[in-house]
Amino acid sequence: MSSLFAAPRPPAELLLREAHVLDPRSDLDEPRDVLVRNGVIAEIAAAGSLEASEGVEVIDGAGKHLFPAFVDPHVHLRSPGEEHKEDLDTGTRAAAAGGYCAIVAMPNTTPVIDHPMLLRGLIASAKEQAHVRVGFMAAISVGLAGEQLTEMAQLRDAGALGFTDDGKPVSSAGLLRRALQYQQLCGGVIALHEEDATLSGAGVMHEGAVSAALGLAGIPAISESTMIARDGLIAGHEGGRVHFQHLSARGSVEALVQARARGARVSAEVSPHHLLLTEEAVRTLDTRFKMNPPLRGEDDRAALIAALRDGTIECVATDHAPHSRDEKTVPFEAAPMGTTGLETAFAALYTGLVLPGTLTLACLVERLTAGAALFELETPTVAVDSEANLCLVDLEASWRVGESGYESRSANCCFGGQELRSRTLLTLAGGQVCYRERSFALSAA
Amino acid sequence: MRHLLSIEDLDRDEIERILSAAAFFADVADRPIKKVPSFRGRLVINLFYEASTRTRSSFELAAKRLSADVLNVVASGSSVEKGESLHDTVSTLSAYGPDVIVIRSPHAGAPGLVAGWTHAAVVNAGDGKHQHPTQALLDVYVLRQRLGSLEGCDIWIVGDVLHSRVARSCVQAFIKMGAEVTVAGPPTLVPTELAALGCNVRHTLEHIGEADVVYALRLQQERMSEDFLPSLREYAANYQLNSRRLKARQLVMHPGPVNRGVEISGELIDSSQSLIIEQVRAGIVVRMAVLVEVLSGTRVRDPGGQRLAVSAEPQLA
Repeated sequence: MSSLFAAPRPPAELLLREAHVLDPRSDLDEPRDVLVRNGVIAEIAAAGSLEASEGVEVIDGAGKHLFPAFVDPHVHLRSPGEEHKEDLDTGTRAAAAGGYCAIVAMPNTTPVIDHPMLLRGLIASAKEQAHVRVGFMAAISVGLAGEQLTEMAQLRDAGALGFTDDGKPVSSAGLLRRALQYQQLCGGVIALHEEDATLSGAGVMHEGAVSAALGLAGIPAISESTMIARDGLIAGHEGGRVHFQHLSARGSVEALVQARARGARVSAEVSPHHLLLTEEAVRTLDTRFKMNPPLRGEDDRAALIAALRDGTIECVATDHAPHSRDEKTVPFEAAPMGTTGLETAFAALYTGLVLPGTLTLACLVERLTAGAALFELETPTVAVDSEANLCLVDLEASWRVGESGYESRSANCCFGGQELRSRTLLTLAGGQVCYRERSFALSAA
Repeated sequence: MRHLLSIEDLDRDEIERILSAAAFFADVADRPIKKVPSFRGRLVINLFYEASTRTRSSFELAAKRLSADVLNVVASGSSVEKGESLHDTVSTLSAYGPDVIVIRSPHAGAPGLVAGWTHAAVVNAGDGKHQHPTQALLDVYVLRQRLGSLEGCDIWIVGDVLHSRVARSCVQAFIKMGAEVTVAGPPTLVPTELAALGCNVRHTLEHIGEADVVYALRLQQERMSEDFLPSLREYAANYQLNSRRLKARQLVMHPGPVNRGVEISGELIDSSQSLIIEQVRAGIVVRMAVLVEVLSGTRVRDPGGQRLAVSAEPQLA
């Protein structure tokens, strides 16, 4: 059974002419004509060499870049239960607008996705509403309570991509061990939100000089790092497959390296906000900068960038976490944790890391697509006979985040108001056109 | 000044301007009729989301001595208890046309949010563990009355600095006025990161003899259940301010309410070196000065900046 789900749409018939094609895995890095027939890449040829046949839309890609579309292993679509924040329709529209062709939704909804029947219902909804393909994680523990394992094998049969209690740590080492033993039976990645609740306490931001100055309760970096060290040992002991979510601290990168050196099968992700922002942003007490794990120090940020660059951290995940305006329009301590990220991930990282020369464009595209393989999904690629999972991006365009609203139902974006470079013009997911930037669609018609 | 949200927003000149206005109001307080008509017809709303005795009553008295109408809104028994958001409460109260909203909140930054939602001037009467600027101003006032100046003055703040908005505001205010500030207490309650505020950090009282002024903070009982302290008895043994630890020349302050026999001994509270009652007395006149200052910032702002005491004065006769 395929583990990604979207609403069926007519397959794309497109000729993308003269776009600069960049696929880090195939060493393709030059202008090409790319012909998509029946949703599949039919031909890749020298720029300007292909003629469109009847029924094929021609898109002028000159001066634009064509990448394999991105894959996000960590988003919150809030459905079921909190559709005032986001749902399958708006969340996947946001993904498409950000250049994503596939996303992985977390199970900390209301109710929690901890039973096969709930998962089947959600998958049925995705087949009607989703604009890009969605994979669904199921909970490790019933109700995320950290006490009793879910019916993991049955959840896998119902279509679960893997398991996570994201939003909460698996505090009990014993329970995590049992989940990893069960993983041998049913497969599926186990993704972990790492946090020691006795260390984070009632913390609302990174513990450091800024929390001390503001009088806000802090979450120390060791809250995350000690748990990664612990769970790296457990994963190694059981031979299990573990993915560490949203790393935020230097100590966590070090714990990851140690676990891997001992042979544990562990991978990790990092979010754009942890790569681009620090605790300093919290001085404004703007609730858009409240997330978990929190924005940390400059030294942590530098360690995360270095780890992403050298591949220690394999992929970027947005941890797209929508919250309604009313929920975030409260004092910092009272606000829920989370920032949206799907619509801004590429542009923010391109502006913040690629333009200054910190990361190459090819590396960024690689890290934005690498989540697929980690979650046992097909990696998007620009190659003949591949399903068309593509995004066309104008690297020269600039825009102010939020100035013309968001595709997401929520506006709690930590990059809101920032001037970013690069704009997604067109996204194809699963062979279907799922996004066109408005002005671009007009000019292309 | 439009609002008073944090000591950080004030420079030394502004602090001195407020304090000289307070000194003027202190003279008025010695007269048989303690009221001035400056705020006649103005509305001051005290919006308190946390229990408070001295701050709320001194703001109320300050507003009344300025002849303002005062509306007290407390969290219990109001729409706040029925789940109304801060934003909606402020919008509702703003419809009454207040000139000043004085707010105390358990949450850092709440006064800044309120300032964005109302036309009234906003005064922070304590937000979470963040700031309590009028307390710091009245403490500077009391010290200046006693010492003339804080320049070069060595001030120690002792106790639960981590959870204290008073400490954060006072450190900033004392430093702005030229004092050298040291915070001291157990490492669980006085993390070294506090040095970022520009103060020294100590974990023992070994050198407290160097201090000219020692400022004790209230120790909350709940700190023990949260594992910050093993026991009050042990805390008192190591950090209690008493006449054995302090010399008679050292001045003693406390923001109140006091736990007698815990952070400070009873005999020290009642001694002549204690400024605690002066702090309470100063609360009214400093808050009168703050109310006048924020209102002058909105209505009768003088570019020269020296207008405030004058603007209140002519109406006295």
